[in-house]
Amino acid sequence: MNQKFDAIVVGAGPAGCACGLTLAKAGLETLIVERGKFAGAKNMWGGAFYGPSLYELFPDFWEKAPVERYILRHKYSLLTQDASFSVDFTSKKYGKPPYNGFSVLRSKFDRWFAAKAEQAGAVVATGLEAEDLLREGNAVAGIKAGGDKLPANVVIACDGVNSILAEKAGLIGKISPRDIKLGVKEVIQLPRQLIEQRFNLHGEEGIAWEFIGSFSRGIPGGAFIYTNKESLSIGIVVQLSALTEKEISANDLLEDFKRHPEVENLLADGQLVEYSAHLVPVGGKAKMPTLYTDGMIVAGDAAGLTLTTGLVLEGANFAIASGKAAAETVIRAKKTRDFSKQSLARYPELLEQNFVLKDLETFKKAPLLLENPRFYHQYPELACELAEKIFTNDGKKRKKFWKMFRESQRGRISLWQMLRDLFRIKRAI
Amino acid sequence: MKPTSIEDKLAVNKYDIDKERHIQIREDICATCEAHPCLYACPADCFKLREEHITFSYEGCLECGSCRIVCDKEAVEWALPRAGFGICYLFG
Repeated sequence: MNQKFDAIVVGAGPAGCACGLTLAKAGLETLIVERGKFAGAKNMWGGAFYGPSLYELFPDFWEKAPVERYILRHKYSLLTQDASFSVDFTSKKYGKPPYNGFSVLRSKFDRWFAAKAEQAGAVVATGLEAEDLLREGNAVAGIKAGGDKLPANVVIACDGVNSILAEKAGLIGKISPRDIKLGVKEVIQLPRQLIEQRFNLHGEEGIAWEFIGSFSRGIPGGAFIYTNKESLSIGIVVQLSALTEKEISANDLLEDFKRHPEVENLLADGQLVEYSAHLVPVGGKAKMPTLYTDGMIVAGDAAGLTLTTGLVLEGANFAIASGKAAAETVIRAKKTRDFSKQSLARYPELLEQNFVLKDLETFKKAPLLLENPRFYHQYPELACELAEKIFTNDGKKRKKFWKMFRESQRGRISLWQMLRDLFRIKRAI
Repeated sequence: MKPTSIEDKLAVNKYDIDKERHIQIREDICATCEAHPCLYACPADCFKLREEHITFSYEGCLECGSCRIVCDKEAVEWALPRAGFGICYLFG
């Protein structure tokens, strides 16, 4: 393989596949390198995908792609040790094409996506690791992989949160554990009928259910359950620095969560089929690496392009959009045969034009907001205790709700503090 | 009975284990570390404290990179397994 490629894409995840597919469709000689035995072998996520990025590439992808269920219900729960306070939203609008979101298992999905890139003309080389960059002067001029030198006009690093290539190119420094969340997940197999009964779903309907509360022991983060066709994806996503400071293992938090009375029965008789872990870059716009240099672009998780707002933690959508933007940049660079930094500066411009950098700008204060420990401790307790007071009938004289609220709030969190938090929420999200 | 320990959970995963370890730790540096953040950060329990020594076993590694990020003493010489080896997710 000594031919010079127009572009080498490293990593066959959503960013790499979207990028490689777009490049190949435009007729560029494209190689996608993937270190896993197959695309998806190294990849995991929480489990749900939202938004139009994929729809733009494949207008009817839900009929062809291996999606699990469409997300009809969104549920958010605040948990204490023995209680749960929930908001449950269902819209029939979400049950019609083009749908709003899907639960997806990456091992199947990424394989499908890579096959689509291959059909479009990209060469997909699995079981091949990009060990280093090739250079011509200061410019990146390809990769070293499997002991071979593979030259290319541009390298697009879509090699994920631990981007070795972005590091080798000097585009990213040491990442702080404060800006990283660790996701730990179990896939638990359950018969279809049981899933549908337990979660009140019909046919292909699915639920995305997020939790915060006592199970995380004050560590910023939350838990999730997504329904697949015949399994549940259940896991937690927690700040890495807080785990080590408090000397708690993520698996212990996951086990606490699984034993919560709201959750335990949902999992009964299920069988664990996989235990996985992955990091999520949550530093937001302030912690993004340099996105491009001469002969190289960084996209997806490698570029720290995830959005965290407290209600959503999105990555794949941003990965696909950034992969496409990188491809469009390279397609234009090829026309002028200019792959320098100046030419590739088109990439952040495109990210500004689509939602990627705009969303990150809009929610740039959210990462700091979400470090507030009161969201994981005092507020869930307050909500559950107040609800319990309101619903309890113990035969005694009733108090006004406001008085009940004041009783629960006092000593736990001051009104002044609540107002300040409300103001912070307003400013951040 | 459902597995609750990390060891039992890892046992359901599919791995292609290489003969060589992909991550090396500098035990001399670990000996000077008191906090041992690796013990809590690793979701696969690859790091263990045995008689005040940190040991590392690579076989169950989920390749997440947590140890690389939390070790501020540069005692983790982090790398990915050779292509085709290591964890192989069938669900993801």
